[in-house]
Amino acid sequence: MNTHVHDRRRFLALAAGAVAAPLLTACGAGFGGDDSKSDGSAADDVTGSFDWKREKGTTVKALLNKHPYTDALIADLKSFTAKTGIEVEYDVFPEDNYFDKLTVDLSSGRASYDVFMLGAYMVWQYGPPGWLEDLGPWMRNSSATGAEWDQADFFPNLLQADQWSLKAGAPLGQGGQYALPWGWETNVVAYNTEVFGKLGLKPAETFDELAELAGTIKRKAPGTGFDGMYGIAVRGSRSWATIHPGFMTMYARNGLKDFTVDGGKLTPAMNSPEAVAFTEDWARMVKQGGPPSWTSYTWYQCSSDLGAKKAGMLFDADTAAYFQAVKGASPASGKIAFHPGPKGPDGSLATNMWIWSLGMNAKSEKKSASWLFLQWATGKEHLRKGAITHNHIDPVRRSVADDTAYKDKMRHLPGFLETFETVVDQTKIQFTPQAQFFDATTSWAAALQEIYGGKGAQSVLDGLADDLAGKVG
Amino acid sequence: MGWRLTLRPYVLIVPALLLTCGILYPFGLGLYYTLFDFSASKPQPDMVRFENYTTVFTQEAFWNSAWVTVLYAVGAALVETVLGVAVALLLHRSTLVGRVLEKILILPLMIAPVIAAIIWKLMLQPSVGVVNHLLRPFGLGGVQWTDTPTGALLSSIAVDVWVYTPFVAILALAGLRSLPTSPFEAAAVDGAGWWYTFRRLTLPMLWPYVLVAVIFRFMDSLKVFDIIYALTEGGPGDSTVVLQIRAYLEAIRFQRYSFGISYTIVLWAVVYLAAMVLVKHLGKIQRRAAEVTT
Repeated sequence: MNTHVHDRRRFLALAAGAVAAPLLTACGAGFGGDDSKSDGSAADDVTGSFDWKREKGTTVKALLNKHPYTDALIADLKSFTAKTGIEVEYDVFPEDNYFDKLTVDLSSGRASYDVFMLGAYMVWQYGPPGWLEDLGPWMRNSSATGAEWDQADFFPNLLQADQWSLKAGAPLGQGGQYALPWGWETNVVAYNTEVFGKLGLKPAETFDELAELAGTIKRKAPGTGFDGMYGIAVRGSRSWATIHPGFMTMYARNGLKDFTVDGGKLTPAMNSPEAVAFTEDWARMVKQGGPPSWTSYTWYQCSSDLGAKKAGMLFDADTAAYFQAVKGASPASGKIAFHPGPKGPDGSLATNMWIWSLGMNAKSEKKSASWLFLQWATGKEHLRKGAITHNHIDPVRRSVADDTAYKDKMRHLPGFLETFETVVDQTKIQFTPQAQFFDATTSWAAALQEIYGGKGAQSVLDGLADDLAGKVG
Repeated sequence: MGWRLTLRPYVLIVPALLLTCGILYPFGLGLYYTLFDFSASKPQPDMVRFENYTTVFTQEAFWNSAWVTVLYAVGAALVETVLGVAVALLLHRSTLVGRVLEKILILPLMIAPVIAAIIWKLMLQPSVGVVNHLLRPFGLGGVQWTDTPTGALLSSIAVDVWVYTPFVAILALAGLRSLPTSPFEAAAVDGAGWWYTFRRLTLPMLWPYVLVAVIFRFMDSLKVFDIIYALTEGGPGDSTVVLQIRAYLEAIRFQRYSFGISYTIVLWAVVYLAAMVLVKHLGKIQRRAAEVTT
């Protein structure tokens, strides 16, 4: 009996050892796999004259977000394969899950996807851990990059938005090029011309006018045949995405900063007296003229409310209004006009932007083929086709924006081209680049919701600033 | 022959052993990671021992999330139990209508909770949602269901109740149908009223079944993520950020992996302790129920 007990103990000890061994091995292996980096770029391996067929027979794997820009890309993929002999396999995910999928995939340290869509803000999160390939050496190598790609044709502020030195607080436009601008959105006001005409309204030139206008529409529009219409659609969900369109645009036009940077140290500035006053005004505007159930509003709801004639105005990405404005897209199509939106007290039209960019996985084993894909996708030929025959609007290239066929296509939308031309040079990322961007802006959105719910703006924003001070560096 | 007999029990436990390893390995690895400051910005982290846990416990955000989690779990489990048992009692009489209702009752359980939450999000939408549309004739058409902290929490609990009350009802109904008939016949002969019979016979004998449902629902509600995330994303403010949502945000959205896992380990400890207490209580209840039956 004793022997039996002894045997059982020995067996359990062996079993425990067997369980522990891989555990300890895994622990010893470190975190996130091999993180060694080479100093030289794989771009240096490409020599000789430029050749689109250089990687013929290769397959590139792409991760894409469900978007009209993506639809335009997929529709034209055959041209890429014909030009290069490279096949593209792709997965498309809806935006709600897209970035989590991408984040998890990149953080695994594996090259499941060679290329992917990302926003410029994601460079701040994905760049420092070394997940993104620096595209600068590829762009500079004439063997890897064809002359017709024409870097100078990009709007400079868009190209700079994806360029960063990976140092918190350092301005954009310096350091590595971690993605390429592919399609972008500027944040402006779109409005329903019908209700404006009926109520004798004009687009607002100041923020006070905008708030008043929103309240007026909410009060008066339902009595003039616009049942259930409210004044202004703006995002409100507890997400980073609530902060960056209309809110950040108006915040920047008021000369306000999210952080102040001094000697590389970031200090939250969203609780300065001016920022508190602006945030209170914004919350009041939403309460008096915004959508019901604002705290759940994403761009989908904002956009569809404008299209369904539920919202008199939309302060968001111009594309969010464009997709409702095109012929037959919504009940409001043909009755949506564009305006740059209110100016700041000093006449500023500083505008925050979102850039759909394309990036390359630093762990990709098909970098040369991936670069050819990125080059084609951000090249003049595809982008022109996307803008004219599909809905890849807001061109990242000057040549496409100036193209007569593009202008002819957009001309039927009142104010679209004028608004685009007015704000394009003043549109840039108004946030301070730093790796904790998503934490900061998600918490900021939560703070905005609390202020909307009636809590004191000063105390809520002081709490936010205190919390963020310990996280950003 | 002797060695075969000795070896047989060990061979038989191999599947269980493999399963245990499959559970323990990621759990142990997760636990180990919490001792480091592993994040996207620090892929080669330093050992910080229990610093992540001390940070978790000193954060106001943690205590807020813990409080919201407890409120949610207690609220959901309580309402679901009361409603579930009530529905089971109503369906216990095997009429045609009862049998049809039984089939309908099971429908919410066939919908993924996240889908249910999205459906309810649309139905609770103040201007176009069907709920306010139905309430409009009673002058209650303007309710902003998820715009206030209390409203958001109650709405989330309501969706949980909608999805899971049938689970409790089905469990309670199975329990009711398995109860012996003789004590009830004796009570009827003695002229006992409905309330007396329910209080002294039905409920004590049914308790083990009800408690099993409570254990399942309470533990599940402590771990809730999908319903709340789809309905409110944790808002407005931090009013519905339960521990799972906090852990998800920290680990996935903000990429502070070690810190996010620390949250889930704390949640695991809470669920484990709660389950232990409830299961111990279940044993006592079962013994008491057996005494009533005999």
